[in-house]
Amino acid sequence: METAWLTLGALLTIFTFSFLYKDNVLYKIAEHLVVGISAGYFVVLLIKTNLWPIMSQRLFVKGDEGWALDQWWYFIPLILGMLMWTRFSKKWSWVSRYPLAFYIGIASGLTIPLELKNRVVEQISASILKFKFDFSATGFLMVPQGAWDTFVIIGVMCCLIYFFFSKEHKGWFGGSAKIGIYTLMIAFGASFGYTVMARISLFIQRIQYLRDWITAITS
Amino acid sequence: MKRQLPLLLVFVSGIFLVIQYFVPAEISDRAYEFMLDWTVIIGIFALALGIWSLIRVSIEKIQRKTHDHNYTYISLAGLFAMIILGLNPWSAGLDDYTFSHLFRFVMIPIQSTMFSLLAFFIASAAYRAFRARTVVSAVLLVAALIMMLRVIPLGPLSVYINDTSNWLLLVPNLAAKRAIIIGVGLGMVATALKVVLGIERAYLGKD
Repeated sequence: METAWLTLGALLTIFTFSFLYKDNVLYKIAEHLVVGISAGYFVVLLIKTNLWPIMSQRLFVKGDEGWALDQWWYFIPLILGMLMWTRFSKKWSWVSRYPLAFYIGIASGLTIPLELKNRVVEQISASILKFKFDFSATGFLMVPQGAWDTFVIIGVMCCLIYFFFSKEHKGWFGGSAKIGIYTLMIAFGASFGYTVMARISLFIQRIQYLRDWITAITS
Repeated sequence: MKRQLPLLLVFVSGIFLVIQYFVPAEISDRAYEFMLDWTVIIGIFALALGIWSLIRVSIEKIQRKTHDHNYTYISLAGLFAMIILGLNPWSAGLDDYTFSHLFRFVMIPIQSTMFSLLAFFIASAAYRAFRARTVVSAVLLVAALIMMLRVIPLGPLSVYINDTSNWLLLVPNLAAKRAIIIGVGLGMVATALKVVLGIERAYLGKD
């Protein structure tokens, strides 16, 4: 039975690779299949791992005498969630704004302190406070490590200047923005190189899968 | 009522969550957990809208007999098969044999093959992008080449490439990534503030 499943996986891999020749029936079958399967998978995943635990551990609890209502106030988000479905009606679709407003309000309220702390304060702190600025130790190209640490801070500043559009990029400001562009380009190049190699690793892994499948069906 | 009350709800819930963050009390933590559960529950009900949209678009395609409409049956079959297999009362849910095997031998192979196909398309895109006409694109090209030579399956070709790629990652790449993260963080905070204060109202749609 496992070989049958392995064969299905191998055939779908070949179907998908057939796109390298041209868009064709086999690729379209695989493409449409993965849309349906993925959507169904995530529906089940979210219900089983998120909704069901909340329903069975908070709203209701299972005791000796069966299920009993516990935290009744969990009915509020359930009702709000159901209000989302008023979108199906043209007349009542405006009601769905209420649950949406709660959702967006909560998400925005969470974002403000958390993003400020995790993305802004932590990154600034890591850029300044956590460097040792050790000029006695040598780093890349025999340059003191402290110089490279300083380079990182200058790089961060220059990139931020490049992102700042409220002042025209001229003079020293423009020069700093230019250094920012070069720093960003190096980072994008490095990310691009990594991405290409990650995709190639994935390609090798798919070829290895096909090799394993051939071994399984021939042995 | 149709627009003002949702704006008020956004403001109250947004400000509540901001204040809650700075209140170090147990009740504050419980309120935080409760609010998070709210978003999870509302989000799951919203997911049903997405699924309904997929089904409706598929049915419309079939009814109109548009080009390629036959493939829509495959999408719908996959969707319903997964939902029925995962949610029927006799199912073991995510551990159900057929459900988990459809995930392992259908979803994973197709998705990872699709991502691996990008290796070919990224290579052709790179050819067009990397014709080093300007100094900036040359810098990008050189950085990408050094990184690629570092992570080839044979291992780094030389100690110089290894050292250079480490430097690329730990100095310019670090600086740029930090600036991007700070920029994204500030942008997200600004957008969230605009939403909470009712300046950004696109989510309400049109009347």
